[in-house]
Amino acid sequence: MINGNLKATYAADEKIVDNRYKFSFVWGLAVLAALLPIFANDYVILVACQVGIMVVAVVGLNVLTGYTGLMSLGHAAFVAIGAYGVTILHHAASALSIPEGIQPFLTIPGAMALAAVIGLIVGLPSLRVKGVYLAVATLSANFIIIFLIELDALAPWTGGKTGLTTVDPSIFGWVLDTQREVFILIAVMAFSTVLLVQNLFRTRVGRAFIAIRERDYSAEILGISLLRYKLTSFAISAACCGLAGALMAYFYARVLPEQFELLLSLQLVAALIVGGMGRTMGPVFGVLVIVLSPELLKVILSAIAGDSIEAAQFRAPLQEIIFGLLIIGFIMFEPLGMTQISDRVFRALNRWPFARG
Amino acid sequence: MLKVEDIQLSFGGVRALQGVSFEAAHGEITGIIGPNGAGKTSLFNVISGFYKPDTGTVTVEGQDISGLKPDARAALGIARTFQNIALFRGMTVLDNIKLGCHTRLNANVWSALGYFGSAQKEELELRRDLEERVIDFLEIDHVRKAPITALPYGLQKRVELGRALAMKPKILLLDEPVAGMNREETADMARFILDVQEQFGTTILLVEHDMHMVMDICSRVVVLNFGQQIAQGTPQEVAQSKEVIDAYLGQAA
Ligand SMILES: Nc1ncnc2c1ncn2[C@@H]1O[C@H](COP(=O)(O)OP(=O)(O)OP(=O)(O)O)[C@@H](O)[C@H]1O
Ligand SMILES: [Mg+2]
Repeated sequence: MINGNLKATYAADEKIVDNRYKFSFVWGLAVLAALLPIFANDYVILVACQVGIMVVAVVGLNVLTGYTGLMSLGHAAFVAIGAYGVTILHHAASALSIPEGIQPFLTIPGAMALAAVIGLIVGLPSLRVKGVYLAVATLSANFIIIFLIELDALAPWTGGKTGLTTVDPSIFGWVLDTQREVFILIAVMAFSTVLLVQNLFRTRVGRAFIAIRERDYSAEILGISLLRYKLTSFAISAACCGLAGALMAYFYARVLPEQFELLLSLQLVAALIVGGMGRTMGPVFGVLVIVLSPELLKVILSAIAGDSIEAAQFRAPLQEIIFGLLIIGFIMFEPLGMTQISDRVFRALNRWPFARG
Repeated sequence: MLKVEDIQLSFGGVRALQGVSFEAAHGEITGIIGPNGAGKTSLFNVISGFYKPDTGTVTVEGQDISGLKPDARAALGIARTFQNIALFRGMTVLDNIKLGCHTRLNANVWSALGYFGSAQKEELELRRDLEERVIDFLEIDHVRKAPITALPYGLQKRVELGRALAMKPKILLLDEPVAGMNREETADMARFILDVQEQFGTTILLVEHDMHMVMDICSRVVVLNFGQQIAQGTPQEVAQSKEVIDAYLGQAA
């Protein structure tokens, strides 16, 4: 039982952040994000941007895999659609002489919608197959999308293997041409995505997803259409990844096909597993571990071995190995991810000072 | 109210149902009994739309629903519980019961994402309704936030009934609601089933091996044996039917 947690109304009992420790934690994160652009150095901003972009994408994957129970190894495809989509749409918008200051309000939703539509198509096999078979089907989708992007016939739009130069977005004339400025957009989007997606799970839509994950025939007997909700889940999931892709396009100077290959899909899955599937904060914790630990390892290893070229040659593979071991360790010792650890911490805080553990 | 006519269903060589026909009267409890493997669960699966019979029709209040999928039949007011509990184990009692109301709610993806206005209002009204109509009614308020996995078997069965009741069903199919329960839990469940019938006027179909319970609470009984319908009538008539006695003695022997 959780102590010190009395509720007097149903509204209070249905809140997302339902105790004061979680409340402080969430606001702490928000304040930290707000202070970063003012105080952080360029390196910290760079890493923070990567975290924010990944969070948006992993929140998307969480809807599908964590909550609806449908495995995907191809979500990098939707990130690609978002990144290429937003860039191509900006060029189209300029050709139509739509003012630059309002373009992002059209191109970002446009890129997300495009990703969602492709998500619906990629999701069709989920009506027939589950588990590993679905994972393979989505994996193939990833290959097909990359193949299409690299296709010579489409190169006039996609730039083929050499990729596209991206656009610096302008919001009502405020041009986001530094990473520090793009970070503000990324942070706002990351917080909004986590919040909006979490809202789904306070209503019948999100409950239907979880019901399908838990027991699909019971879901059907309660009037939940598997067709409709599995595809909805795919669409929402893909739209989030599309948003992540759009942010990536704003953040990097170029988009290249190899950024969206299987490695990215696997990173998204790894972050979700390490963070905690089907949990609100799972994607956030997971991405923090996945993005920050290689950076930390880099710092620690160069402190130990120095910065010479020989040391660097030896450092790179070691870093990969330690990173791999870390993930294996998580799967073995905390199979429910970081959220399991945070649950323990919040439980202990709630009991303190009456009982420990 | 609910009418099944000449249902035939076979799985390869197994003829699970061979011409089952009966009508469940409005607001009454109709028992369906028969030895193991008689086809009782298969009949429920036909009524709720999981199995497509080879022949025969299912009608509800005169409307032929034979062509509808399970989710569409749920929307028409057919709810059920399963022989082996089919709750969503990773979710809390409250969320399981809320899921029973899926078809009565209106939130769509857009209103849900914002959780503003209608979606929020709907959720809070739902919560109030369920607290009063289901959670208090079934006396499960002490476990509403507990995950299903933390509940004893008897309570899980009760929560599954709660999830079905949340739908405000017109027709409720209960597949062995007291199987594996002790005498006290059985008596509780029988009382809840009678309360449902009395308070909400629900038409109930009850599959059960506990003969005392069937004889006590059902107004009509249909007897199946190896997929054939061998008798139907009041509990007293059925208990005296020669075919029924033979079927049960045959099983005991
Ligand atoms: N999906 C299926 N595939 C093949 N055979 C099936 C299937 N479902 C049921 N059967 C067969 O149909 C017959 C009737 O089974 P059913 O489960 O309806 O019996 P029941 O009356 O519910 O029995 P019990 O009292 O044991 O629950 C059995 O012979 C069973 O093996
Ligand atoms: Mg059965």
